[in-house]
Amino acid sequence: MQEILFYFFAALTLIFGALVIANPFSRNPVTSAMFLVLTIISLAGLFVLLHAFFLAAVQVIVYAGAVMVLFLFVIMLLDLEEEERRKIKLAGLVAGLVSVGAIVVIFVRSLLATKPGSNLPSPTTEGDTAALGKLLFTNYLLPFEIVSILLLVAMVGVILLSKKDLK
Amino acid sequence: MIEWFNHLEATTQGLLFTILKAIVGFAILMTMVAYTVLLERRLCAWVQDRLGPNRVGPLGLLQPAADGIKAFFKEEFTPAHVRKVFFVLAPMIALAPAILNLAIIPFGSTLGEQPMVLADLNIGILYTFGIVSLGVYSLVLAGYASNSKFPFLGGIRSSAQLISYEIAMGMSVIPVFLYVGDLNLSAIIRAQTGTQLGFLPNWFVIQSPMTFLAFCLFLIAAFAETNRTPFDLPEAEQELAGGYNIEYSSIKFAMFFMGEYANMILASAMMVTLFFGGWTLPWFGLDQPAATLPGGVLHIAIFLAKVFAFLVLFIWVRWMWPRFRYDQLMDLGWRRMIPVALVNIVVTAIWLWWRSGN
Repeated sequence: MQEILFYFFAALTLIFGALVIANPFSRNPVTSAMFLVLTIISLAGLFVLLHAFFLAAVQVIVYAGAVMVLFLFVIMLLDLEEEERRKIKLAGLVAGLVSVGAIVVIFVRSLLATKPGSNLPSPTTEGDTAALGKLLFTNYLLPFEIVSILLLVAMVGVILLSKKDLK
Repeated sequence: MIEWFNHLEATTQGLLFTILKAIVGFAILMTMVAYTVLLERRLCAWVQDRLGPNRVGPLGLLQPAADGIKAFFKEEFTPAHVRKVFFVLAPMIALAPAILNLAIIPFGSTLGEQPMVLADLNIGILYTFGIVSLGVYSLVLAGYASNSKFPFLGGIRSSAQLISYEIAMGMSVIPVFLYVGDLNLSAIIRAQTGTQLGFLPNWFVIQSPMTFLAFCLFLIAAFAETNRTPFDLPEAEQELAGGYNIEYSSIKFAMFFMGEYANMILASAMMVTLFFGGWTLPWFGLDQPAATLPGGVLHIAIFLAKVFAFLVLFIWVRWMWPRFRYDQLMDLGWRRMIPVALVNIVVTAIWLWWRSGN
């Protein structure tokens, strides 16, 4: 059962992910964005299979519920017709292929370096929110706070940019 | 039949019971949606000194069936300029969050040996917020798919409202979880059993000033999230020429409508669970899981009665309050409710820390 579900969600994630970037039926950016939402949700399904309920829920709330809605806003307010008519440029294609190839090389090398199945902490029976919170505020306090400051900087930046008359 | 059932493995039995509970829960939810519409129309009529629909069946009780048949058989007109796939998808997404949320609501203690909750998730409320946050897509897509000015503006307006109040809603319940120390909804109900001062229920709404404030904020946010007056700008017929649903007709329009009422019922169920003790009553030992079958039925009845009280409140407020202006709505959400909710969290945390120190 577990295995079937894993392959089910993994296949969904890959299919939806592919449809985000190369949809044969439509070049509409809104369609791509909606497929990205589906990718995120199937990824959340994979998290659930790892008993990481908290991560799954946060994934859906933050990415599918908040970030992607803002994406949609931006896409909808932009000029879509132009995007749909745009031709693929050779330079862009080459740059994209090179960067994807580089990422694939890094992934393959790091995957070959680790032996699968060894050294893995056994998944806990249930995603423990309290334990995660404790880790964030003890072992990983510094990175956690740095990320918070990063978000704060972004927010201050937005407010600064949207103010018309600065004194 | 029973013999065949007893021969099955325990996990298969559990699965079958879960499927049965899901089907029954869905049927009850849909019936409640239909009758909440009737209740709304009757109550609104009484507020305005009219009679309301009372012709179909005794006391007008068959009116929902008539409405449903009408919605199905009306001409389903799809304008030529819409984006078909999204146009069809949006009303479906409108109804989905409420149905998915049904899975974690504990609507009773036990019936026989079956717990009356579909999935007793550890992350409980986070699941709810995750699902609720997906509900925005129905409005965005409806506005976008209609491919004309007014629905588009309506869609943008309503999704901005929903996103804003989601934040306030999420923050408002944090004090409750600080008190309980758990996100699980059954654990929250257990924390509300017993009495205080000898006779008053130990519900979170009156347990402390902080949780009372949390309830007020959650109630306001729930009105905004379900598009109910005084926050029903997404479908302000009179002054904003409707919203995302202008281009919809027939059963597709009815699905948006049903989605609103289903969300209302689920919001009521959440408030009952978080702040009003769920299926419990503090007296006569009704706050312990039922040992007998009638006891289990009684617990479900208590839960439904509390939900019903909230539905009446939703409807009553609709006919008593004028609508907010859009800038007032945003001002209330961002500049009043979110700061108050944040202060509430800090005050609750300090109070609990001080209490644990003594």
